Amino acid sequence: MTETGIAESGTAPGEPLVVLKGVNKHFGDLHVLKDIDLTVHQGEVVVVIGPSGSGKSTLCRTINRLETFESGSITIGGVELPEEGKALAQLRADVGMVFQSFNLFHHKTILENVTMGPVKVRKMKPEDAKKLATELLERVGVGHQANKYPAQLSGGQQQRVAIARSLAMRPSVMLFDEPTSALDPEMVNEVLDVMVQLAKAGMTMIVVTHEMGFARKAGDRVVFMSEGSIVEDNTPEEFFTNPQSNRAKDFLGKILTH
Amino acid sequence: MLELIERFDFFSAVWMTVKLTLWAALGSLILGTFIAVLRLSPIKVLQWAGSTYVTVFRNTPLTVVVVAANLVIWNQLGLEVAARNATYLDDTNFRLAILALVAYHAAFVCEAIRSGVNTIPVGQAEAARSIGLTFGQNLRHIILPQAFRGAVTPLGNVLIALTKNTTVVTAIGVAQVSHAMRRMIEFRSDVLFTVFGLVALTFIVLTLPLGILTGWASEKLAVKR
Repeated sequence: MTETGIAESGTAPGEPLVVLKGVNKHFGDLHVLKDIDLTVHQGEVVVVIGPSGSGKSTLCRTINRLETFESGSITIGGVELPEEGKALAQLRADVGMVFQSFNLFHHKTILENVTMGPVKVRKMKPEDAKKLATELLERVGVGHQANKYPAQLSGGQQQRVAIARSLAMRPSVMLFDEPTSALDPEMVNEVLDVMVQLAKAGMTMIVVTHEMGFARKAGDRVVFMSEGSIVEDNTPEEFFTNPQSNRAKDFLGKILTH
Repeated sequence: MLELIERFDFFSAVWMTVKLTLWAALGSLILGTFIAVLRLSPIKVLQWAGSTYVTVFRNTPLTVVVVAANLVIWNQLGLEVAARNATYLDDTNFRLAILALVAYHAAFVCEAIRSGVNTIPVGQAEAARSIGLTFGQNLRHIILPQAFRGAVTPLGNVLIALTKNTTVVTAIGVAQVSHAMRRMIEFRSDVLFTVFGLVALTFIVLTLPLGILTGWASEKLAVKR
C-alpha cells in the first residue's frame, strides 16, 4: 500500500477514469438526468454544484448504481457498470461513497465500521484490517474514538469516520454526496480539511457540494447542473469569475451576495 | 388445588406446554426469519412466495392448521414423523403440533422482523452496498442484526401469543395444560372456579416474565442512532 490508502488504479494520472455518456434517468414523469456526458480523469477533483433538484445528487448516486438509469453508459476504469449481483458489488468496492447523513453502521463500533469492508469484501486478515483502520482513523483525527459507537460522536467526527471507512477499501475514485450539508456550521471545516488533504494526495474525487470555498480551493473543475443537464463545465477560476450561462450567473448571484 | 394437581398430573401438562412453546418458538424464529429474507430479497418470485406464505398462514385459524397437520400429513398422506414404538401416537401428535405451531407463528415472526427492518434508516443498506457488501452480507451483518434489535417488542408479543396458543393443540390430543383442564372439568365439575383459576395462574406465571423480559431487552438492545 502506498502511504495512506490511496489506491493505485490501473489508469495513469490524467487518463479518463469515470466516463458518462448520454446518461438519462426519470423519476416518474420527471426527467432528472438529461443526456449527461462527463469525463473525470485520474487524479482530478470535480465539484458538482447547482440548485436543489438539479439532479446533482442523483448523478453522484448513479455512478455507483445506487440509482439505476435508463439509457447511456457509465464506465469506471474502462469497465462498464454491471447491472447487479457480485460484479456490481465488486465495482462498488472500488468506488468510495460518502453520504450526506454519514450512514455509519449504528450497531458497530467506529473501528468495526472501518474494518467491515476490508475484512468482508477484500478478505483482509482481521489484524491487518485493524492496523489499516487505526491508521486511517488517526489520519482523519478520530483515532482515540475507535471503540465508541457512532451515536457517541459528533456529526463532524462521524463524517470523518465515514471517509475513513471509504478509504479503507482503497477506492480508485471517491464520490461525496453533499458531505457537509447535514453538519452544524462549526463542524464543516474539519470535514472539508480532510477532503482537501485527500485532493492534495491525488485522490480522484467527484464532490457534490454547496461549499464554494472548497470548490475554489481544491477543485480542478466545476460542473454546474440545472434541471437535469450539465450547463457549464469549467475551471473554478473561470466559473466563479466569468460564468457563461444566465442560469449560472443567476445561481451565483443568489449565493454570493451575502 | 393440590389434589387437582396430583390427580391430573398437572405438572407434566405444564412441562408439555413449556416444551411445545420452546420448540415452536425456535422453529418459528428460524422459519420466520427465512420468510422475512424472502420478502426482503430483490427477486420478485421469492418476494411473492414469502408474502403468499404470510397471507395464507396469518389468515387461517390455528385450529385448522393444527387439525390439518394431523389429518393431512399423517392420516391422509401417511407421512411418518415418529418411530413405531410404545409412544408412537404421542410422539406423532407432539411433533405434528409443533409443526403446525411453527408454520402458523412463522408468519407473525416474519412480520415482526419486517417491522424491525422498518426501524432501520435506508442509508444503512446503501452504505453497506457502497462498500461492496453483497446482498447476503448486507443482510447478515447490517440489516438483520439491527432488525432483530428493533423487533424485540413485537417478537416478544408473538412469543406470548404462541405460549397461549399452545392450548389449541388439545384438538389433536397433546397432553398439555388445556388438555388437563378439559379432563378436570369433566371429572371435577364441582370445583370449576379452582380449575379455571389454576389454569389462568399457570399462564400468568409463564407469560408475565416474558413480557417483563422483552420490555427490558427492547430498551437494552435498541440501536442508538
